Amino acid sequence: MENLKALSYELRRDVMDIIMAGKAGHIGGDMSVMETLVSLYFHTMNISPENQDDPDRDMLVMSKGHCVESLYAVLAKKGFFPLEQVLKEYSQFGSHFIGHPNNKLPGIEMNSGSLGHGLPVAVGMAIGEKMDGRSARVYVVMGDGELAEGSVWEGAMSATQYKLDNLTAIVDRNRLQISGTTEEVMHQDSVEERFKAFGWNVLSVAGNDVEAMNAAFDEAKAFKGAPTLIVANTTKGCGSPVMENKASWHHHVPTQEEYDQIMKDLKEREEAALHE
Amino acid sequence: MNKISNRQVICEVLLENAKTDKDIVVLCSDSRGSASMTPFFNTYPEQSVETGIAEQDLVGISAGLAKVGKKPYAFSPASFVSTRSYEQAKVDCAYSDTNVKLIGISGGVSYGALGMSHHSAQDIAAFAAIPNMRVYLPSDRFQTRCLFEALLKDQKTAYIRVGRNPVEDVYEEGNVPFEMDKATVLCEGDDVAIVATGEMVKPAKDAAALLLEKGIHATVLDMYCVKPLDKEAVIKAAQNAKAVITVEEHSPFGGLGSMVSQVVGAACPRKVVNLALPDAPVITGTSKEVFEYYGLDAKGIAKTAEEILK
Ligand SMILES: Cc1ncc(C[n+]2csc(CCOP(=O)(O)OP(=O)(O)O)c2C)c(N)n1
Ligand SMILES: [Mg+2]
Repeated sequence: MENLKALSYELRRDVMDIIMAGKAGHIGGDMSVMETLVSLYFHTMNISPENQDDPDRDMLVMSKGHCVESLYAVLAKKGFFPLEQVLKEYSQFGSHFIGHPNNKLPGIEMNSGSLGHGLPVAVGMAIGEKMDGRSARVYVVMGDGELAEGSVWEGAMSATQYKLDNLTAIVDRNRLQISGTTEEVMHQDSVEERFKAFGWNVLSVAGNDVEAMNAAFDEAKAFKGAPTLIVANTTKGCGSPVMENKASWHHHVPTQEEYDQIMKDLKEREEAALHE
Repeated sequence: MNKISNRQVICEVLLENAKTDKDIVVLCSDSRGSASMTPFFNTYPEQSVETGIAEQDLVGISAGLAKVGKKPYAFSPASFVSTRSYEQAKVDCAYSDTNVKLIGISGGVSYGALGMSHHSAQDIAAFAAIPNMRVYLPSDRFQTRCLFEALLKDQKTAYIRVGRNPVEDVYEEGNVPFEMDKATVLCEGDDVAIVATGEMVKPAKDAAALLLEKGIHATVLDMYCVKPLDKEAVIKAAQNAKAVITVEEHSPFGGLGSMVSQVVGAACPRKVVNLALPDAPVITGTSKEVFEYYGLDAKGIAKTAEEILK
């Protein structure tokens, strides 16, 4: 099996290049969500360019759509489109590679960008899969600041009403949003208790540990009778102390100096992972 | 080139007034940075409310505050406040008649490359269709100040859209003709009448200058008050011209163009051409690239004028 830990750092470097090329992007959340996406695309989901039109494929809704750069890096690595194309076109005039998921591109199922949409949409997809007796699973990734949207909780209610054990939601619990920590801006503790109160099966894991994410996704697949929420406890900006845990790095575009340092740190972590 | 954005001016005006008016409350939904309201939150924390990423809550809370005598100013990207919290605006602000000022920041295509979720090309149509809701799009920083000084004095709800980046000045410091709910006439001419709103006023004014070089005389109206529309000014300008052009950073439906066409059609039929964004997701690009592409810059407006006068 591939070394997914090393891969997560390699793809973070691709994210850096995408952001530098487009001079835009949501770097903090890109870095925190990387192991979630790597685990989904390289361990958990039945999805690849070969089966992207198969009705039985698993599907992801990237509800925290502002972190599309990490999704681009992962989809490029999966072969949905060449990384070079992303680097050339991202955020450029007339491009389809915009700053949020856009389903004019291969590999992207639903458009997003306005927070709080993904969970209800995923609930609809999961209900539909069950109606048609398909085995496909539906995944939705949300931010923790995003949980302030009321629509999230309407979706949370419906998901247990319809016993959607084919649905797994992930909250990227990096504890930061734009204006500061979630607890200062709009408190979310305890995400686990809140979803449990809505009837969900809840797992709380180290979200930047890809092995832990793989195990959590396996457990969610096996769980019957209710949807599973994985609280991925992550570090915003994970990968380099230059950007870790800093609200100001929500959508900061690195300077050349910062870029060089971060790339060095990422490379070191990648090397270390390869030799573990 | 002016470096002060309209949103920064709003913060200045509110900071000045909040010193003595303790009923002014600023609300943000994880948007204080993009609203330029961080200085207000830092200076008057007791007059600030943060709702997190919850635009329905933002507008509902604002209505509740207004109900008990506060003067709420709620800031959120125009794309979200005009859609996610639309029903709160309709029922809790307009219908219940509460003094809530809704400020749509980063309006139009300010968030160029972020896609349609972040564009607000429908906000004028949406808000104008609500009875008792007013719609304002100030054209530059000086007019933004005049508008907010006027809004501070009234007791009714309104929606105000501003863009993200600084815009070139339309007026000069100390010489800003402004009358509440009256269009400002920037120049007068009897060939074509150009009615523009918001950030389209500056290119409309520049287009008039280009046209003059070719001997074409244009009237330009700064229609910052899209609702209530200054009908008299529209009729007067149309009557004196052979054709009318409207210019807006908005969908072609339900905005300034539709409203001006209704007035002209009923009162003094003339050919009216609506320049607007397309009825499609807007092409990816910076505001400047997008405006040029759709002919919403001075050159494009002037070209349209020449064509319809042929
Ligand atoms: C409905 C809506 N309101 C506001 C925004 C603007 N916005 C983009 S990202 C963001 C903060 C997101 O924080 P969080 O959900 O914690 O994401 P992460 O920390 O993973 O980046 C906000 C407010 C938006 N995209 N959608
Ligand atoms: Mg977060």
